[in-house]
Amino acid sequence: MSATEIHDPNRRDFLYVATGMAAVVGAGAVAWPFIDQMQPDASTLALASVEVDVSSLQPGSSLIVKWRGKPVVVRNRTEKEMKDGEAVNLADLKDPIARNANLPSDAPATDANRTTPGKEAWMVMVQVCTHLGCIPLGQEGDFGGWFCPCHGSQYDTAGRIRKGPAPENMAIPVFKFISDTKILIG
Amino acid sequence: MKKILTLLALLGLVVAGTAAIAAEEEHNPAAPTHFPINEPKEMSWSFAGPFGTYDKAQLQRGLKVYKEVCSACHSMNLVAFRTLEGLGYSDAQIKTLAAEYTIHDGPNDAGDMFDRPGKPSDHFPAPFPNEQAAASANGGAAPPDMSLLAKARGVERGFPRFIFDIFTQYAQGGPDYIHSLLTGYDQTPPAGMVIPEGTHYNPYFLSGVSLKMPKPLSDGQVTYDDGSPQTVDQYARDVSAFLMFAAEPHLEDRKKTGFRVMVFLLLFGALVYMTKRRVWADVAH
Amino acid sequence: MSEGHSTYTPKTGIERWFDARMPLPRLIYDSFVAYPVPRNLNYMWTFGGILSIMLVAQILTGIVLAMHYTSDTNLAFDSVEKIMRDVNSGWLLRYLHSNGASFFFVAVYIHIFRGLFYGSYKAPRELLWILGCIIYLLMMATGFMGYVLPWGQMSFWGATVITGFFSAIPLVGNWIQELLLGGFAVDNPTLNRFFALHYLLPFMIAGVVVLHIWALHVVGQSNPTGIEVKSKTDTVAFTPYATIKDAFGMIVFLFFFAYFVFYLPNYLGHPDNYTVANPLKTPAHIVPEWYFLPFYAILRAITFNIGPINSKLGGVLCMFGAIAMLFLVPWLDTSKVRSAVYRPWYKLFFWLFVADAILLGWLGSQPAEGSYVFMAQMATLFYFAFFLVIMPVLGLIETPRRLPNSITEAVLEKNKGGSGHPAGATAAPETKG
Repeated sequence: MSATEIHDPNRRDFLYVATGMAAVVGAGAVAWPFIDQMQPDASTLALASVEVDVSSLQPGSSLIVKWRGKPVVVRNRTEKEMKDGEAVNLADLKDPIARNANLPSDAPATDANRTTPGKEAWMVMVQVCTHLGCIPLGQEGDFGGWFCPCHGSQYDTAGRIRKGPAPENMAIPVFKFISDTKILIG
Repeated sequence: MKKILTLLALLGLVVAGTAAIAAEEEHNPAAPTHFPINEPKEMSWSFAGPFGTYDKAQLQRGLKVYKEVCSACHSMNLVAFRTLEGLGYSDAQIKTLAAEYTIHDGPNDAGDMFDRPGKPSDHFPAPFPNEQAAASANGGAAPPDMSLLAKARGVERGFPRFIFDIFTQYAQGGPDYIHSLLTGYDQTPPAGMVIPEGTHYNPYFLSGVSLKMPKPLSDGQVTYDDGSPQTVDQYARDVSAFLMFAAEPHLEDRKKTGFRVMVFLLLFGALVYMTKRRVWADVAH
Repeated sequence: MSEGHSTYTPKTGIERWFDARMPLPRLIYDSFVAYPVPRNLNYMWTFGGILSIMLVAQILTGIVLAMHYTSDTNLAFDSVEKIMRDVNSGWLLRYLHSNGASFFFVAVYIHIFRGLFYGSYKAPRELLWILGCIIYLLMMATGFMGYVLPWGQMSFWGATVITGFFSAIPLVGNWIQELLLGGFAVDNPTLNRFFALHYLLPFMIAGVVVLHIWALHVVGQSNPTGIEVKSKTDTVAFTPYATIKDAFGMIVFLFFFAYFVFYLPNYLGHPDNYTVANPLKTPAHIVPEWYFLPFYAILRAITFNIGPINSKLGGVLCMFGAIAMLFLVPWLDTSKVRSAVYRPWYKLFFWLFVADAILLGWLGSQPAEGSYVFMAQMATLFYFAFFLVIMPVLGLIETPRRLPNSITEAVLEKNKGGSGHPAGATAAPETKG
């Protein structure tokens, strides 16, 4: 090894920097599986859709199914509930966005946009308060929709937030009617 | 270093010698003391070696053999239909395949159990409701679950082969064993050997001269639509490969990741070695 | 630390602020930067660092596996399979952990044999050695309990056999066994407590490792010549010299580790452990994990009664005695010279002992029948003779080779044979780094 080689700062720096960078790349690659394993696993993702038979639901009644570990309410609304929902002025809404996973993310929160075309009587909604995750009670509160007992959030008959600390309308999941009596959620 | 090698060589001789003595002890073909009587035949598998991958067509044929033959008695509880994606099936094909099965589910709102068609998230349904039922229907021995069979079976390799296996990456003991067992029926036991009633002689069986399972496969039993030979040997290969997949669905992923890791470690190691040389260049040690 | 004073001088305001309140930067600097290490350490000395990263790797992979594992006899096996099949990267983490245990033991055995070869246990390093033995015992307990968790056939029957050791103790044996099991056989209470302890013990290992390193930094590292550090020219600074050498050692080790994880992940395991535990059916051959095999062979070698001690108790006593030997090594070795480099006879017997340990390991994996039993008995005899006869006697009668006066002298002597280093460059290594 010649003396000039040892004292060549560029070559030394390059070697040190390359080694250091390889170490950083290696550490990053090692870290990934540890983060990756925290994501929902294959069996959880496989359960991401459920089929619901709604043939027995009369207007004014609802049922609740578990989807991804959360309660999803399917409600066959009464004429009055639908009228109340349609009558709301969009400007009065605390959250003017539909929050409907079947629509673009900026769709306005009209009553129609909270349901699915042709099936406006049907509300399919994740019944979880957008404040801190409690489950609101159905057909209660000042607006005849949902009322969250935890911190007093009030939702109307289309599940839109009207009063209280919750920031958003309750979420509508991806769903579709696969027949007149069957809904596929997710 | 030379001394170490000499000692290791000496040790090897001692060990080999002992093994030979042990093997010589009382060898009577009619009353063997070590099983299996014959060692499994080593086959060539597409998934062997550092770049091994599953042969998807073979796995599909193997699944067919499992469905039409094995599944009458053997469960495969740990395998979900969705896993069959690894056989090259599309989502729609998996849905159709799953729907061919009836899944016992429930309770429904009325509190009753009910049957429904399978979904991709379901697992293969078991042929018997519980182990006792499986045992009583099969002469007292419950057929083993097949989910992990290819990893749960293996014949001891013995010295010195277990050393060579490290370098050849031999990890196909399970499929080799299953293939040999399935093709090892129909042989005449040595004269004087006692075969217990209700069991079937098979010199490849791991724990005895014979097993309860009768010869499961015969030529032409399963129809292949890809023109592969419809022989017991081919069925046995295909179903063994399929069982390897069932036991280790992430094998390809593992080997692919492994190659990247090894390449990285080589490069990184070379860099660190050069850095080490540089750091120590002016210190005698 | 061995020199009793710190060379750390805080440079920035933050460093000064910390130094006045909690001198952590000073501790790190003194322990891992300025700490003087003998300049002649070979790659055998990188295994301490390798063991540290293996411990950290086992704890990290273990914690994430515990996020998915269920310690219930009905669910344990399936939950492990769920990790293997469904959890993202689960197969990788599980294979890293199971093979990591094996490679942890590979490293610890090399580390122990290095200590035996170079006499690293001799005064003043007896306590350092004993702390290491305690770590080894804790590792064995952790490894054993970890092997039970997947609840396969070998898990179950291994647990049955190993807890059976304690039933050999006269009078209170059965009571102790029931206390360990939480019942009359291995069952759900056993699995639950083993899981709890398997999670706890690694942190106890980490605690003893801190003591081990503390003791090391008080007495300083041993070295291939076995001569104590005498002057500054005998040492180099830990960083960068030892750090970079350790790093290279680690990468080489990780290369072998990765080879097994990715290409032979089940090579070191047993096929029977992929069959769910069945308390009514024993596998044909119960074999422990490979790292217990030498002790298992010693256990089975005692097939005869020794006076009032029956063969069962005798086997258990010999097995625990084989481990206890390690604790006594600092006092069994009577030699004035540390390193086997200068002890031709000890060197020969050392390698015979290594061969004996490997032979015992192989015998432990074979069925206990025929000539294997006799071989195991002879190998056991040599194992104990090495510690109880050869070590004490050899130290008294052996004539060691001439020792160099210092580490520096030894290094210069070795390099005289034309390794290409200019003589001037060997002076004053402390000016570097």
